Amino acid sequence: MDAFRKLTGLVAPIDRPNVDTDAIIPKQFLKSIKRAGFGPNLFDEWRYLDKGEPDKPNAGRPLNPDFVLNQPRYQGAQILLARDNFGCGSSREHAPWAIHDFGFRAVIAPSFADIFYGNSAKNGLLLVTLPAAIVERLFADCARTEGYALTIDLETQTVTEPDGTCHAFDYSAGLKHRMLNGLDDIGITLQHADRIRAYEARRRDITPWLFADA
Amino acid sequence: MTAKTLYDKLWDAHLVEQFDDGSALIYIDRHIAHEVTTPQAFEGLKLAGRKLWRVAATVAVSDHNVPTRDVHNITDPVAKLQLETLARNCREHRITHFDIGDVRQGIVHVTGPEQGWSLPGMTIVCGDSHTATNGALGALAFGIGTSEVEHVMATQTLVLRKAKNMLIDVDGVLPRGVSAKDLILAIIGRIGTAGATGHTMEYAGSTIRALSIEERMTICNMSIEAGGRAGMVAVDDKTIAYVDGRPGAPKGGLWARAVDYWKTLVSDPAATFDTVVRFDAATIEPQVSWGTSPEMVLPVSGRVPDPAREVDDVKRTGMQNALKYMDLKPGTALTDIAIDKVFIGSCTNSRIEDLRAAADVVRGKRLARNIRLALVVPGSGLVKQQAEREGLDRVFLEAGFEWREPGCSMCLGMNPDQLAPGERCASTSNRNFEGRQGHGGRTHLVSPAMAAAAGIAGHFVDVREVN
Ligand code: SF4
Repeated sequence: MDAFRKLTGLVAPIDRPNVDTDAIIPKQFLKSIKRAGFGPNLFDEWRYLDKGEPDKPNAGRPLNPDFVLNQPRYQGAQILLARDNFGCGSSREHAPWAIHDFGFRAVIAPSFADIFYGNSAKNGLLLVTLPAAIVERLFADCARTEGYALTIDLETQTVTEPDGTCHAFDYSAGLKHRMLNGLDDIGITLQHADRIRAYEARRRDITPWLFADA
Repeated sequence: MTAKTLYDKLWDAHLVEQFDDGSALIYIDRHIAHEVTTPQAFEGLKLAGRKLWRVAATVAVSDHNVPTRDVHNITDPVAKLQLETLARNCREHRITHFDIGDVRQGIVHVTGPEQGWSLPGMTIVCGDSHTATNGALGALAFGIGTSEVEHVMATQTLVLRKAKNMLIDVDGVLPRGVSAKDLILAIIGRIGTAGATGHTMEYAGSTIRALSIEERMTICNMSIEAGGRAGMVAVDDKTIAYVDGRPGAPKGGLWARAVDYWKTLVSDPAATFDTVVRFDAATIEPQVSWGTSPEMVLPVSGRVPDPAREVDDVKRTGMQNALKYMDLKPGTALTDIAIDKVFIGSCTNSRIEDLRAAADVVRGKRLARNIRLALVVPGSGLVKQQAEREGLDRVFLEAGFEWREPGCSMCLGMNPDQLAPGERCASTSNRNFEGRQGHGGRTHLVSPAMAAAAGIAGHFVDVREVN
């Protein structure tokens, strides 16, 4: 999993509440055998004018010019600015996979759906919860300013606006440790690698036939 | 020393580290992979630049998507890609893989014990909920999700919380014509599909001791339908005889050491269980499920129950929905229910003994005229070979059954073998959920002998009255 410490990145706004995971990545893409490569189908139904299919190439599909991520000024955005209850609906882990694969490293919103929150943390996508009034202002500033960028510092748990205004956000200590060090569940278990090896050495004496291969 | 259950012993033997929050790092001896639940796990490893912790601990077999006829011609591109992906991942990581066309290929839970991939005392996982089948060998075996598959491949461990101990104690002699499948269906009918939730189940008692290892597998297989993630039977001489000579069995001097160790894999007489349920084998009849949940099951002498007599609101609604889906009327004798198809197969009932039991009923008879299709699908290529050596294929073919190549087949609608909407099937599989065997299909869970007898009669019959 990618570590997240500090990032200054272009902001793209997705200005509607209750964006659900089916909108983030529609169900036909769940047949995939992959967990990478969902980026081109992120927000598929909003982004394209035709219906996307898993085996259909995305290059050449008609784009919806009104959709925010298709506008030239938001190309290369790394921070998604969103409204209340972002990520609600089905528990598909494909949603954070798709957002991350598209190139976003963080999402800022007044609130997130629970399962999506957990899934995102597992996949290196930082979710930042800020008060609705502040998010409202960020939306306004972002709309007004081309190239609008924010700085997110996980170490100090702050979001800094271009003029230096700084907002603190809450983040659980456990998740923060994982994010700062890029540790997923496997990464955390591998911190106990010595214990696993010690166990194997012990068991090799008691049940050697289980280790006949090594 | 405190007395321990078999589960306690297996847990303690695999404890790498106990954490303060109650979870524990548990070592996994064996991971068995199939094509459906592993691709994202392999991809995750690749994206993170990780390798398998111990390549030889993982083995793989293709099963869910495999067609049972014309096996090399897979028409569904998504299924084909999944199968090819498993083959490619196994090649890349040098994992042993039995692919289509290999005589050792079969349903993952049939192949595992057959090859000696599963041994007594092991922790065994697979991305499939019927992994508990392997518990019949005195192992701790359970199904896991795809992120856990990746976790096991990368670390050879899982972070788990210990479950409670449940004892299913069955005593007495099963009446003639009553099989292990009837016993487990009767157990689920009594304790319900959530009866063992949060527990690891141990099946014990004189009835279980008298069962063959194959029959014990049928029992352990359906632990998940009773809500248990794992089910197991203590090691005895039959277990050791079953393992002896399998490709994965310990060799040379290690065999004797292994046997000494395996003999300790029984619950101590003084061990206590959190929950104990007792059954009298003599009272159990052949079973037929009538609804859309495995707990909706009755003795073949019974009648479709009447929701109006159910006092619990939630249960009554569930019954009404089930009867509607199954198109059954309250009060109908189960033996008056006519069927369209017969499916003998699945990881519950596709081993050689299952095929023998079905063939015994079928021998010298013909399918009823209303049967549109009757499939016999051996659990593995080796089971198929054995059955053919015994002439069972001819018994089935002469009766009008189709004799197919091994795979999951009509247990679930992932390959071409499916029920059409409205079709009714006597099935030896493990789940009668809506749409499980095909959209709109109606499944009745039964034993192999009962499925065979229903095929001959055209409707359910008490197999004890057939021969
Ligand atoms: S036979 Fe059925 S239950 Fe068993 S592994 Fe295959 S699909 Fe699952």
